[in-house]
Amino acid sequence: MTTISQTLPATRPERPQKVRKPRTRFGDKLLYSYTWLVILWLMAPIAVMILFSFNNTPGRYNTTWRGFTLKWYSTSKLGEFSDLTTAVKASLEIVVVATIGSVLLGTLIGLALGKYRFRGQAVLNLVLFACIAAPEIVMGASLLSFFTQLGVARGMMTIIIAHIMFSLSFVAVIVRARVLTLDPSIEEAAKDLGASAFTTFRRVTLPMIFPAVLSGGLLAFVLSIDDFVVTNFTAGGVTTFPMWIFGTAKLGMPPQVNVIGTLIFLGGLVLAAINLMASRRQNR
Amino acid sequence: MTVVTDRPAPVSSPTPEPARRSGLLDRMRMRAVPYLLALPGSLWLVVFFVAPMIAMISLSLTQGDIGAGFQQTFHWQNYTHSISTYHVQFVRSLEYGLISTVLQIAIAYPVSYWIAFRGGSRKTFYLFLLLLPFFVSFVLRTQSWNFMLADNGIILGPLKNAGLLAQNFHVLATTPAVIGGLTYNYLPFMVLPIYVALERVDPRLIEASYDLYASKVRAFTRVIFPLSLPGIFAGVVITFVPVSADYVNAYILGGPKNTMIGNVIQNNYLVNQQYPEASALSFALMAVLLIGLFGYAKALGTEDVLEAAAG
Amino acid sequence: MSENHIDPVLLRGMTQRRLGRRDIFKAAGLGVAAAGLAACSVKGQATGKKTVAPDAVAKFWTGKTGTGHVNFANWPLYMDPKHPELKKFTAQTGVTVTYSEVINDLPTFFAKIQPQLAAHQSIGYDLMVITNGVEFAELVEFGYYAPLDHSKMPNFTKNVAPKYTQEAYDPGNVYSVPWASGITGIGYNPKYVKTPPTSLQDLQNLIYKGKVGMFSDVEEIGVFAMLAVGANPETSTPSDWQKAADWLKKQQDAGLVRKYYDQDYISALSNGDIWLNMAWSGDIFQSNASNGTNLQFAIPSEGGTLWTDNMTIPITADNPVDSLKLIDFFYDPAIAGSLAEYINYITPVPAAQAVIAADAKAATGDDAKALNQLATSPLVFPAASSLAKLHYYRAFKTSAERDQYNSIFDPIVTS
Repeated sequence: MTTISQTLPATRPERPQKVRKPRTRFGDKLLYSYTWLVILWLMAPIAVMILFSFNNTPGRYNTTWRGFTLKWYSTSKLGEFSDLTTAVKASLEIVVVATIGSVLLGTLIGLALGKYRFRGQAVLNLVLFACIAAPEIVMGASLLSFFTQLGVARGMMTIIIAHIMFSLSFVAVIVRARVLTLDPSIEEAAKDLGASAFTTFRRVTLPMIFPAVLSGGLLAFVLSIDDFVVTNFTAGGVTTFPMWIFGTAKLGMPPQVNVIGTLIFLGGLVLAAINLMASRRQNR
Repeated sequence: MTVVTDRPAPVSSPTPEPARRSGLLDRMRMRAVPYLLALPGSLWLVVFFVAPMIAMISLSLTQGDIGAGFQQTFHWQNYTHSISTYHVQFVRSLEYGLISTVLQIAIAYPVSYWIAFRGGSRKTFYLFLLLLPFFVSFVLRTQSWNFMLADNGIILGPLKNAGLLAQNFHVLATTPAVIGGLTYNYLPFMVLPIYVALERVDPRLIEASYDLYASKVRAFTRVIFPLSLPGIFAGVVITFVPVSADYVNAYILGGPKNTMIGNVIQNNYLVNQQYPEASALSFALMAVLLIGLFGYAKALGTEDVLEAAAG
Repeated sequence: MSENHIDPVLLRGMTQRRLGRRDIFKAAGLGVAAAGLAACSVKGQATGKKTVAPDAVAKFWTGKTGTGHVNFANWPLYMDPKHPELKKFTAQTGVTVTYSEVINDLPTFFAKIQPQLAAHQSIGYDLMVITNGVEFAELVEFGYYAPLDHSKMPNFTKNVAPKYTQEAYDPGNVYSVPWASGITGIGYNPKYVKTPPTSLQDLQNLIYKGKVGMFSDVEEIGVFAMLAVGANPETSTPSDWQKAADWLKKQQDAGLVRKYYDQDYISALSNGDIWLNMAWSGDIFQSNASNGTNLQFAIPSEGGTLWTDNMTIPITADNPVDSLKLIDFFYDPAIAGSLAEYINYITPVPAAQAVIAADAKAATGDDAKALNQLATSPLVFPAASSLAKLHYYRAFKTSAERDQYNSIFDPIVTS
């Protein structure tokens, strides 16, 4: 990029808040309001869901507002449907294992693709891309075909396998993007100072890519706890939380679903906040 | 971020040369590192992504049923028969996908633009807000819309009572409801890539265009927008495919004439257990979508894509 | 957070021409795989056995002992949420029961359990309630049911209505005993439907345009449509099916049908999204009782559907002995009566009627009224004349027949 004027610095400047040519403030205000409108539109169903978790409804039906109550947040009410509790437990088990598995495998691939050049790299990139771009229903259907032909019964194991599969490609891409921006001379310096390869990795590389790993982990968490289509195809006899919602929403969603949805939402919020703080501290 | 050492600044090479030792074994070990790193994940993908795709293609050429078993007969008619039976749903899914993607670009672009250029220090905060709904299950979000848009529910009810809408007006079980649901559910996937592309636009380019007496509009159409095209492309890639293959929105929010090919595939797999035809439809869907994507990439020109990639 | 940014390396790899098809195939080893998979087929499930071997019961039950627990899979709205009957069972026998309402529609449930049963694995349930129909027949044909040991079912033998021992789908109750029977009729919301519907043709009445709901289950809508065109579902032929499908298409093209529902019609019916729908008798009453709705139910003049949900034990059950105990427990007239009082479906135990009548005498006020209504309800204790108007689903002799039926009706539902 050639400098336009002599006074501009060689490196990219901070985005200027005031631009030289005058801008219509009306245009800006419009965009600002529009952005908030979109944000509100995106949040609307979440807000309704959270609101109705406090609805003082007598039975299972949660359709009309009858007053505010905290009663649905008690463990006795929450555990009213034993299969809902089982489904939530299943979802949590799956998400923990799938997140750890996909972060491990994905980070390794991200490192390999970002730091080195090797044969099969282009194919691996293509497969990662295909995995991200492939429609969920095709992934689920192909896994079903695969397990059927092998005679493998579907259940917890197959769900976890599927979740690790589609999450690891996202983690890999994120980590790779980060690794590509790393300055190799830092690691060289560490080696110069006598560090072994493993120590270099542990004390130099890992901290530098940690925000990306965390980002990938958060994404893997969200993808796994949210997943419905692929899980539906690979679940066998197991029911996860999204599947339970899909199945029994037919009779009307009981307030417990709103409560659990709200709790998972808050959990994800906390994780995202941690992620944000970690990447802020790691100022680039 | 260079570290001052006695050695001259090293040429940044992807394969780090060992600083002190240079035996054959060590060189081999160095060479093996990337393969070892990539091996577990790649193996996982090959076994659980690539192989199942092959299994699905294989199953799509079989004949039979659950009782008698499926025999491999290279029965290509599975494809012709199922596509001809369900071509309406196929085309409809692509239509919905296209309309929804275009709507998403239209809705997302101004938001991405504003956050990228005017977001200032609060950029991450706005992005975070946009991604917040994703922490709630997709099924739950759609069910929530189903609840909100009920014929006499919290939105339509008061409007009808106030006389602003006809009594038999309904949003659910119509095409706009399904497209609306699709657009809603995948919007953040469109906002992010466009934002990233816009954020990378060197402000000096914009300055330069103003220096050359470009109006605000021209600066946008001639400089900013073309530079954001790769972002739009990336957004299309991550949204068009899942939207076209979706079936949850059509199932919850749609009516009789809104069935998408995803519903048909799900029905054939999980309800009728007609695995050969269902597999044929799945593979045909994926092929059509990926060919569409590649064609779109070619149309954009790989040069544009590469430029954004290098930038 | 830029996790959704497509990496430039990826984009480059994807769009560069040097990566040809040959490379992709090589990488996937497709050449080898295709050859290998050409030999791949999926084994069939049918056992080909049509009759039960005489020693099958002994062979299954010998050596099995009680474990103290039962996993019960059932449909929703089939038991009081407080599970009083299960509590009584545990108090009486010491056996605990885990009750799961996991069956929402049979094809999905069947598709879930079939691979596990095929692999001789436990499905996690010892007692499951399966409606007569295609899936029931397949479960018999594939040998996935455990044959019941009638010597351990005294309550059943003593209290069951005779008609249930001679059902065509399981004569002699080899594999199943009824849990409840139900009627599919027309459910409607009198707030919007001023003249109560009396005929199936009311579902084609244009004043209900866009407000009619139908089931998405092809067996259910098949029966209704065949009755509407004057065919007998149980003996119908493919040409009858086609006529029935045309009737349904007419209904759809006229814009009458708002949606084809699985089980979620009740909420749509009560909140006014639809005004009338095909409905299951007990669901309507339960909705009125537990949610305060005011929905009505009518059996059309042409007839309706009768179906029976049956208690069965999967052949890979972990706790079959206690499961059998639980099955027989539900044939105690007091328990059967208590169940019928809540679920409002046809009970297979005629003696339950006396139990409910006695409860009605002992109760007061609204409870007494409701119980009296129940004890004499034609929907819970139907007269023979009503039963004559009701039809079972079409039973298929071969899967080719079933596929043909599906191919005629599926396009209506997945239009």
